[in-house]
Amino acid sequence: MYVYDEYDQSIVDARVEEFRDQVNRRLSGAMTEDQFKPLRLMNGLYLQLHAYMLRVAVPYGTLDSRQMRMLGHIARKYDRGYGHFTTRQNIQYNWIKLADAPDILAELATVQMHAIQTSGNCIRNISSDQFAGAAADEVADPRPWAELIRQWSTFHPEFTYLPRKFKIAVIAADEDRAAMRLHDIGIQLLERDGVLGAKIFVGGGMGRTPMIAHEVKDFITADHLMSYLEACLRVYNRYGRRDNIYKARIKILLHEIGVDAYRDQVEAEFAAIRELGIDPPLAELERITAMFAGPAFATDAPDTVDRSDPDFAVWLDQNVAAHKQPGHAVVTISLKPIGGIPGDASADQIDLMADLAERYGHDELRVTHAQNIVLPHVRKADLHSIWTALRDAGLAEANLDLISDIIACPGLDYCSLANARSIPLAQKIGERFAGRQRELGELKLKISGCINACGHHHAGHIGILGVDKKGTENYQLLLGGSGAEDVSLGKITGPGFDEDGVVDAIERVTDRYVELREGGERFLDTYRRVGMQPFKEAIYG
Amino acid sequence: MVDPITVNTNAGETLLRFRDDVVHDEPAVTLDAFLGQTNATAVRLEAGDDARELLDHLGQIALVEISFPTFRDGRGYSAARILREAGFEGELRAAGDVLVDQIPHMRRCGFDSFAPEKPIDGPTLTKLLALYPQPYQKAADARVPVWKLRHG
Repeated sequence: MYVYDEYDQSIVDARVEEFRDQVNRRLSGAMTEDQFKPLRLMNGLYLQLHAYMLRVAVPYGTLDSRQMRMLGHIARKYDRGYGHFTTRQNIQYNWIKLADAPDILAELATVQMHAIQTSGNCIRNISSDQFAGAAADEVADPRPWAELIRQWSTFHPEFTYLPRKFKIAVIAADEDRAAMRLHDIGIQLLERDGVLGAKIFVGGGMGRTPMIAHEVKDFITADHLMSYLEACLRVYNRYGRRDNIYKARIKILLHEIGVDAYRDQVEAEFAAIRELGIDPPLAELERITAMFAGPAFATDAPDTVDRSDPDFAVWLDQNVAAHKQPGHAVVTISLKPIGGIPGDASADQIDLMADLAERYGHDELRVTHAQNIVLPHVRKADLHSIWTALRDAGLAEANLDLISDIIACPGLDYCSLANARSIPLAQKIGERFAGRQRELGELKLKISGCINACGHHHAGHIGILGVDKKGTENYQLLLGGSGAEDVSLGKITGPGFDEDGVVDAIERVTDRYVELREGGERFLDTYRRVGMQPFKEAIYG
Repeated sequence: MVDPITVNTNAGETLLRFRDDVVHDEPAVTLDAFLGQTNATAVRLEAGDDARELLDHLGQIALVEISFPTFRDGRGYSAARILREAGFEGELRAAGDVLVDQIPHMRRCGFDSFAPEKPIDGPTLTKLLALYPQPYQKAADARVPVWKLRHG
């Protein structure tokens, strides 16, 4: 894990002081709300329907137990006893008082955490593969590169007032667990002739105009990564649209001028700046990489697991993944209990997960973009003890990647932008399908309460979009999306439904899938083979 | 220069300057006018203008004024860096909706003069400019990035 040195700490401490001063100037009336808004947003503070929401950064989703406990402490002391893990691998608190925000940031700074650039039209938290450092299929740990980018992008003086927000993901495996190509910039590390470098994709995103990122650079080595990214951002900062907030993301720029023209402009910019000394020396990447060396794994850990407890065996098959080290495993803790709020965890649950990481998991936790928590490094021999503790805390739902493992935005229950509620719908779907979800197999269902698509509905095998139809909540159904390496965008089935109607429609879709599937086909595979028509017939008759 | 010098111009503007040379008194012309009449020495760039069009003429330019129609429009930050990266050493002035919390970033991008629409609170600016001991990244100012402090 990355550990701050005196420089990192002094920057985060200065940020706390700066924000405290800004809050004081706002509370005293020296600053207008209009002037304060972009400043508070760059500290992750939104004004929601009922209160302020604070979003805390979890860089590339990695935490240790001390940091996790701090998240529980903040939930307990400043919120209503729970936190909400987000699709950007962050955590947000929905009931924050403005006057408390500087104190919360000060507490976070004591455990090397912050809320820097978790909102605003700037470069946001860098996201990554939640299995980084544990996955058997990675060419390298992507997080040192993500940390390098985090530092470069923190308070970047040129890119703090971009046309719109800017999201970057870094992965290092062919299997994409981070929806990399649905980011403004997606980076895939790969090895070529023994040298590690990055393939750069630009212009992906969801929102009201979903697009898949285009490859703009085949291979760039670490010694010029920053100047290349700087060129990518500068072209966007200069030419991205600022006349219409809905057309301001970089994906629209690429769509309007074309990927080739964008690439040419970036190359011209890169040629102008690549020798200006923007790039840190390779020694900096090496310094960071050394901190991600990973734990010293026991080499004699037993590789077999006693499966005699049937409930445990179900969880084992669903929520536990292979680790690169024999005798070890990767555990995903589902934050999607049937009937619960996707991504929510109570302060006590957060503490328990911290305890498990400390006791069994080399002190590491990850937040996933699917709003779950991962213990990346546990011994197989400890799996039953971990499961027992999780079960007692209501955290042992065995539903990873099943239909009840739903990504949902906060929706109309919290968000001032939403058209429809997401959470009650997620709860109804979970309850309707709990009994047969294992029979349906991998089925990623994602719900957004408005077209801004925070719930990733475009990337759901089944997606649901809440809209406002003449003053009532209405839900459109989409099929065939994917945020993984087989990335695709879902298509709308037809006319929308009310809340119960959309649950019924999903049932008709899944019934038809069970009739049509061949061999081991997932829902998505069957959909891609047979197309929309059979499902349309099932839904609309 | 750590603290700015406040200058009142003949045109009635209040400037905050981080340079101690004499204020250039020729009115700035538009980019189009500049490119059409090559003897001007002061240019005003609107947010959408391409700073690169000045690069062949930097030797004759003493002042470039860059417009910020709203503080949310960040194009001027890139324009400033492009000019400084090309070696421009004249006065680089941010004009318009320039607020105290944005000035530290503008300084890093190479601006050394400010013509804010509304007065800037001096003590707040002084505090903000001194707040961050060192930056993470290299920019157009002389500040040394953290990675260089780490590795020399």
